[in-house]
Amino acid sequence: MNILVCVKRVPDPGTKIELTADSRAVDTSKLGFTISPHEECAVEEAVQMIEEHGGEGTVLTLGLPESDAQLRDALAVGMERGILIETDGSDWDPGQTAKAIAAAIEEDQTRHGPFDLLMFGNESADSGGFQVGIRVANALDLPCITGVKSMEMEDGQLVCKREYGDGWEVYKIPLPAVVTVKEGLNLPRHPSLRGTMKAKKKKIEFVQPEKVSAQLVMNRLRHPAETSKEVEILGEGAAAAPKVIELLRKLEVL
Amino acid sequence: MSELPKHAHAVIIGAGIVGNSVACHLAKLGWKDLVLIEKGPLPNTGGSTGHASNFIFPVDHSKEMTQVTLDSLKQFKDLGVFRESGGIELARSEERMQELRRRMASSKAWGIDSSLISPNEVKKLFPWVDPDVILGGFYTPSAGVVDSLRAGTLMREKAIELDALKVFTNTEITDIAVKQGRVSGISTTRGEISTEIVVICCGVWSPRIARMAGASISLSPVVHQMIDVGPIAEFEDCTEEIEYPVLRDMDKFMYERQVGRNLEIGSYAHRPIIVRPDDIPSIEASKLSPTEMPFTKDDFDPQLEDAMELLPEMLDKDEVEIQYSINGLLSLTPDGEPIIGETAEVKGLWSCAAIWIKEAPGFGRMIAEWMTDGISEIDNHGVDISRLYEYARTENFVESRAEEAFNKTYGIVHPNEQWGMSRGLRVSPFYAREKDLNAEFYETAGWERPYWYNSNQKLLEEFSDRMPDRTQEWDARWWSPIIKAEHLAMRERAAMFDLTAFAVFDIKGPGALDYVQKMAVNQMDVRVGRSVYTPLLNDRANIKTDLTIMRLGDDFFRVVTGGSDGSRDKKWFSDHLPDDHSASLADMTSAVCTIGLWGPRSREIIQSLTKTDMSHEGFPFGSVQEIVLDRIRVHALRISYVGDLGWEIHIPMEYGQFVWDLLWEAGQPLGLIPSGIGVYGTTGRLEKGYRLYGAELDADHNPLEAGLARPKVKSQNFIGKEAYLEAREKEPDAIMCTLTVEDHKSASGELRFMLGGEPIVTLSDGKRIVDRHGRSSYVTSAGEGPSLGKYILMAYLPPEYVNNDNALAVEYFSELFPVRVAVAGGGSLFDPDNERMLK
Repeated sequence: MNILVCVKRVPDPGTKIELTADSRAVDTSKLGFTISPHEECAVEEAVQMIEEHGGEGTVLTLGLPESDAQLRDALAVGMERGILIETDGSDWDPGQTAKAIAAAIEEDQTRHGPFDLLMFGNESADSGGFQVGIRVANALDLPCITGVKSMEMEDGQLVCKREYGDGWEVYKIPLPAVVTVKEGLNLPRHPSLRGTMKAKKKKIEFVQPEKVSAQLVMNRLRHPAETSKEVEILGEGAAAAPKVIELLRKLEVL
Repeated sequence: MSELPKHAHAVIIGAGIVGNSVACHLAKLGWKDLVLIEKGPLPNTGGSTGHASNFIFPVDHSKEMTQVTLDSLKQFKDLGVFRESGGIELARSEERMQELRRRMASSKAWGIDSSLISPNEVKKLFPWVDPDVILGGFYTPSAGVVDSLRAGTLMREKAIELDALKVFTNTEITDIAVKQGRVSGISTTRGEISTEIVVICCGVWSPRIARMAGASISLSPVVHQMIDVGPIAEFEDCTEEIEYPVLRDMDKFMYERQVGRNLEIGSYAHRPIIVRPDDIPSIEASKLSPTEMPFTKDDFDPQLEDAMELLPEMLDKDEVEIQYSINGLLSLTPDGEPIIGETAEVKGLWSCAAIWIKEAPGFGRMIAEWMTDGISEIDNHGVDISRLYEYARTENFVESRAEEAFNKTYGIVHPNEQWGMSRGLRVSPFYAREKDLNAEFYETAGWERPYWYNSNQKLLEEFSDRMPDRTQEWDARWWSPIIKAEHLAMRERAAMFDLTAFAVFDIKGPGALDYVQKMAVNQMDVRVGRSVYTPLLNDRANIKTDLTIMRLGDDFFRVVTGGSDGSRDKKWFSDHLPDDHSASLADMTSAVCTIGLWGPRSREIIQSLTKTDMSHEGFPFGSVQEIVLDRIRVHALRISYVGDLGWEIHIPMEYGQFVWDLLWEAGQPLGLIPSGIGVYGTTGRLEKGYRLYGAELDADHNPLEAGLARPKVKSQNFIGKEAYLEAREKEPDAIMCTLTVEDHKSASGELRFMLGGEPIVTLSDGKRIVDRHGRSSYVTSAGEGPSLGKYILMAYLPPEYVNNDNALAVEYFSELFPVRVAVAGGGSLFDPDNERMLK
């Protein structure tokens, strides 16, 4: 079972997100980078499925050359191959991104054979467009299920569940297919020392994409109006106990 | 939360381990109305304390640092937050094994129980080490781990319990007000407080906070990477945070320590990563905390491999995951020492920064004592913020040296090792000539000073038979046999030295005499044209510094002190200037350059250039005169630090090169050579037994012990007089001695030469020698005495050891070399009657 997981390098901010002077991007000068939490689950799920059913995992991203760090993270937990669609740091809207990814997948399949399953995060942690997985499925003419929080193989088909109200929607689809997943699907593992060392030797292929014209242009980012928060410190150590009890009583917990 | 008080006796900024310790010790010393301001929450403020690895290895090559660490260890134990796990420093290379043997000497010198152990013994203590990748270990059973956050909380609570402290968290300092050079208050996000004393304990943010007051704290935040890995199956049954010794894989610049069921791996091996204080993210914008910055994985990759090589059984498996990884921030300084004391720029503004967890309670106590009495029990000259000259307070200098210092954290640092970055800042007017003579430059206080001249290579042939050479690479590193040849050429003919690194202060005014009288132990009411060498004391009669003061007029004294001490001495003098402005101090360092001219032919050389009578009668020893050399007016001072006839010539800076050339020309027919500081500071000095501040002289000893006491004490008052008189009533508990090494041959047959810091022990059983105050005997200075054909060591010894009844030895690289006491107390091994100088 050959699985491709698409990930995106995103900033890893604290509670307060600083913007650049022109308000068109997050100021990442003091931030680290990671991949979106949904995608971490996608990688983990792919690794588990390959552990169970065999096959090879490939991880793909579109971004700056330094996004190879995020690919290595995925390679460290068990993916085998990386594909980096290299950009110059300019904006790529979901349509442009999906076009480039679809093209790269098609090209890769001509050399390495077809993927059985293409996985995406439901939406990215930074721009949150909710589109790339669906657009790639459309471009490659594959079935697509979004918002998946559980998946397993059954009789050669993929059974996916997604939350609906208080219950679940259950889908059974033939492969190849596209699935976009959500955090909670599993508990992603940390890389091991051994895996990290091995990842250094795994291959990452750099791809030069063609950039089609954009359909969406981001003008400006804005912080939402701050909901006022007030923190009251009730005290320190044992001295705080009576006030805590008083508060719990007031909240009718006690 | 309660409101900020309008006024505080002192405000402490920063509630990390340091700020809490300062608050606690000030409270214990009786301070009231203290306020502790912290911008973050408690107990983990987001500063470096919060991610510290918290282990303590007590042994350091520095005496004072070991003393502070031992004090801290005791305090941590008293707080109940210390767990003794032992610690092992591992060697993978023969060079490191040598360094571990050197560490053994330091542990002996400072009285800490340590031993060298074999790879298999390491494995017994930490069963998952691969013994095949190491050569041995340096094991200190008393090493261990503390809970630094808990320690901070307990110390803070102690200060609150003493009704001395109010604490305000989530309160950020926005300004420090200064009036007439003195702190007058602080502004915060919560309001203002008027106060005359502020202590900056802000770790990596300290430079930024000091800048609010127009002051500087010379530290730079640098990244130290660490990761936490687990679960470790081998620790599954452990119930304590740490049950196995902390490992320091010294050759790989990294450490491994157990943290419950995980293993923490830290590194000082990666490229230096400097972060400016202004670029540290805010608490809100940080993913983890401001000082736990995003991990840069590539920098750590080689360390993963090294850790797996050392602990293959434990780490090379799929289950052991990297669960936490940070680029942690810590503070490094230009000389690797902490930054403690009142800033030179602003009165009442104190710094207590660049401190590791292992030292924090000790430095908290030190600064609290210092703020209370002006003195601390443990000598503070090496950490005193006022040691830093202005150039050392600039961002570029601090960053460049911090960058260089980073990889020295676990490095093997030779005692004479020179810095490579930020060199050539201060040069004398003779610099061009010195470069032409192929001088080997060492740095002191930013000055480039010739340590020896390679142009003197030709002298080697003439003098090579007088003393054996250092053949062992370590002993010979940062050293040259040319030094001995320069020394002997000076003793036979004459040598000129560049002494421009001296700091020079002019004291003038109607109150000048009373003022210098108050500062100095020795009588300053001498006639104009005399110079006085004198120690300066603190109130406990311990030595603050030693220097020369010339009387150049009724109301005019010139102070000349060493470059290493100049910045500190300047603050000491400035702080004691009379309030009525009857005396003033002007720093003339940049205006005066100095040539030392010494040797039996020096009189002939200088006389050929001047009409002044330079004879012994016309220009007696200890006198200073304004003379004209050819056409340049200079001050000549008949004095010597090397034990030969001659003068210090103090020249207005711009005439320096001209005068150098005059002397050079005049001296060539008489065999004059240029000579470096190797002779001035070591060989010449040691033959005469002259003391050096920071080596023989420190705040641990008084002038009687140092052999500097004169027969009488002057009637006038001076700082430390009362305690000094008291000390004179008693027999000294230690005596500064000049020793000679009697046999240099090591077990391998190679000759070894000590470099300083080694313990003096009993020859029969290698036992450490300690005086009644617990002060140990160790080598304060070491070097050749080429005229004597002897290798000289200086050391304090308890009186019962000075008569050579007990056979003594020096321990060097785990071997004993016999020594004997050649001179006890003041006095010289070479030319004891000073005939060469006094003719």
